[in-house]
Amino acid sequence: MTNHHILSVLVQNRPGVLARVAGLFARRGFNIFSLAVAPAEDEGFSRITIVVDVENAPLEQIVKQLFKLIEVVKISELDPRRSVERELLLATVRTAADQRGQVVELTNIFEGKILAVGAEAITVSLDGHPDKLDDFEELLAGYGIVELQRTGRVALPKLDRDARLRAVSNKKTDNGKAG
Amino acid sequence: MKITGAQALIRSLEMEHVETIFGLPGGCILPAYDPLLDSPIRHVLVRHEQGAGHMAEGYAHVTGRPGVVLVTSGPAATNMVTPLMDAFMDSIPMVCITGQVGTSAIGTDAFQECDTVGITRSCTKHNELVMTAQDIPMAIRQAFHIATTGRPGPTLVDIPKDCLVNTMDWHWPTDEEVAESLPGYRPTIKGHPRMIKEAAKLILASERPVLYVGGGVLKARAAEAVRELAELTNIHVVTTLMARGAFPDDHALCLGMPGMHGNATAISAMQQSDLLINIGARFDDRITGKVSAFAPEAKVIHVDIDPAEQGKVRKPDVPIVGDAKYVTEEIIKAIKDLLQHGTTQADTGAWRSKISGWREQFPLSYEPSEPGEALKPQFCLEALRDSAPEGTILVSGVGQHQMWSSQYWTFNEPYTWVNSGGLGTMGFSVPAAIGAKVGRPDRTVWAIDGDGCFQMTAQELVTATVERIPIKVAILNNSYLGMVRQWQEMFYDERYSEVYLSPEVPNFVMWAEAMGCVGIRVDSPEEVQPAIDKANSINDRPVVIDFRVDAREKVFPMVPAGYGNDDMLLPEWQECNRGGLK
Repeated sequence: MTNHHILSVLVQNRPGVLARVAGLFARRGFNIFSLAVAPAEDEGFSRITIVVDVENAPLEQIVKQLFKLIEVVKISELDPRRSVERELLLATVRTAADQRGQVVELTNIFEGKILAVGAEAITVSLDGHPDKLDDFEELLAGYGIVELQRTGRVALPKLDRDARLRAVSNKKTDNGKAG
Repeated sequence: MKITGAQALIRSLEMEHVETIFGLPGGCILPAYDPLLDSPIRHVLVRHEQGAGHMAEGYAHVTGRPGVVLVTSGPAATNMVTPLMDAFMDSIPMVCITGQVGTSAIGTDAFQECDTVGITRSCTKHNELVMTAQDIPMAIRQAFHIATTGRPGPTLVDIPKDCLVNTMDWHWPTDEEVAESLPGYRPTIKGHPRMIKEAAKLILASERPVLYVGGGVLKARAAEAVRELAELTNIHVVTTLMARGAFPDDHALCLGMPGMHGNATAISAMQQSDLLINIGARFDDRITGKVSAFAPEAKVIHVDIDPAEQGKVRKPDVPIVGDAKYVTEEIIKAIKDLLQHGTTQADTGAWRSKISGWREQFPLSYEPSEPGEALKPQFCLEALRDSAPEGTILVSGVGQHQMWSSQYWTFNEPYTWVNSGGLGTMGFSVPAAIGAKVGRPDRTVWAIDGDGCFQMTAQELVTATVERIPIKVAILNNSYLGMVRQWQEMFYDERYSEVYLSPEVPNFVMWAEAMGCVGIRVDSPEEVQPAIDKANSINDRPVVIDFRVDAREKVFPMVPAGYGNDDMLLPEWQECNRGGLK
């Protein structure tokens, strides 16, 4: 994916916030590539992870407009090279009995999981970097995908080297929470 | 103490020092209208909710305080969309309270239900659906706080009927509680000191500077500071359509309005400047013309409280996010400091004499009518201006009459000009003038309107008569949608499509009289002055003058849409001197 930008938006967890955020993108004609929303670490806040394909200049404007929303508390643009990204994929794949083994093997190679097995289909899951999910999806397509659902990516900034070390050392004293 | 949500609402408005509400009751908001009877707050009963919205805007324009609207759910809320958007575009502080169907009926397509917060999401600075009576005071405090701070704008609080009926424990939130409830709202007031110093240096180094003053200067009450900056540095000032009056028109440094229908000097000064000092303006397309051809040699200092305006249209060399008054005062200090420490201001003499030359060669002008010819609209405006009592507030609708008003009036005082700049809402002037008169009852308020505009909201004159709000309305009646006619004449080969309004119907004088106003019709130049004198002498009811003006008259200069400002069209008798603008 070229030109993709990941915005991590911390918002007050209130009704209508998602509609406001999504509305801003729609008004400027930008397509949201993926979107994930869930409660953040602090009570009363949510984190929205938005992946959008735009040039830099319009993105700067949309970030400023987003920040004008009263419920938006913080916006970070995550550089894909300096962030960790994860996504979850669920897929039901058509598998005649003689092909089931191949799909299971494929899933194991990708370190995915088998969730359900039927007479003519199998449901698998895989979490990981979105690129890895893309590859997996492409290979599954060869067998015939009945249904597929991806969550959209979530991301956090990569800890710098010092912070990484601190996080490990805090682990014992601070209940596993990174400082 | 337990009180109802409705009582809490009215008490909250009293706590916010609201003196006047513009509104119209209906089913869902009914409970709120009962405690209103016991409140000192004045309620102006409108004839259409859109009128209430524009009245609130007019009130806010002239007082600087938020205009307040109280209406019911469904169609009342949708009727508010236009004034909310208008206020949003022009950064007018306004608080709109709408009734909503009961919480248990929300989402059931109940009678007079609509998704008010959904519909008004993109035309308010913020809106909120209250879900319990207990939340009403906080929602109202937040709405006033957000509407009046930072870049002002409209806010809306949607209150379901059961929340008005249910009881709650009265508590008026403290400033700290409000701030805590809005962790994502912290407007930047103080500009960056390094940027302010940078701005001061650029200003002193510039040989062709122009102060480009926008509506933000009025919102921030920064007119005095801007005047001090202009006089300290001897820099000429252009005032945008939203900023007319922010710098006195009779000041030697004032160049008046730039833009699509600005005067040739203001347009050319911006265009040929080497430094635009933008305070509270937003490089609107009506100012810049074709952006790529706009002021090509100018560096830009951009002072705006809204970070999203920085670089939205034109990339500034020195962006300063902050309050226009605070930042302008800091720039003045920084300039004085530099001057004291030996920096000298660049010589702007050549530039100033160039500007003087333009002003002499390219004044705003029109061809006066010959005896027996139709009345000129500009002539009517000049007569109105010259007879206007001190401190008169001028309110206009949208179109040719708006541009002529801005061009030919002399605005020497801030907050004496009210118009719909960004959204361009026809029908704005009558209700906005009523709101302005409510806010400043000591002032004469003239609404300049077109015959097209007038027919959109004229019924509010009934409100004006009944509520004893004696505004004066001058209709520049050319029986056309004049600005559209001008474009069709100039850009569509004189193919006039659906712009001709009947010259006979309505009979504006009879209509005015039917609404309890004094109606006067004026057809010839001799009748102009007596009619204006009569109107100015009436103070117990509204007056409407129907000026029958020349339909062929066009607004000049004009920068056609999509063209650069260098391609402005001048009136034909100035075209021959065009070379002088180089």
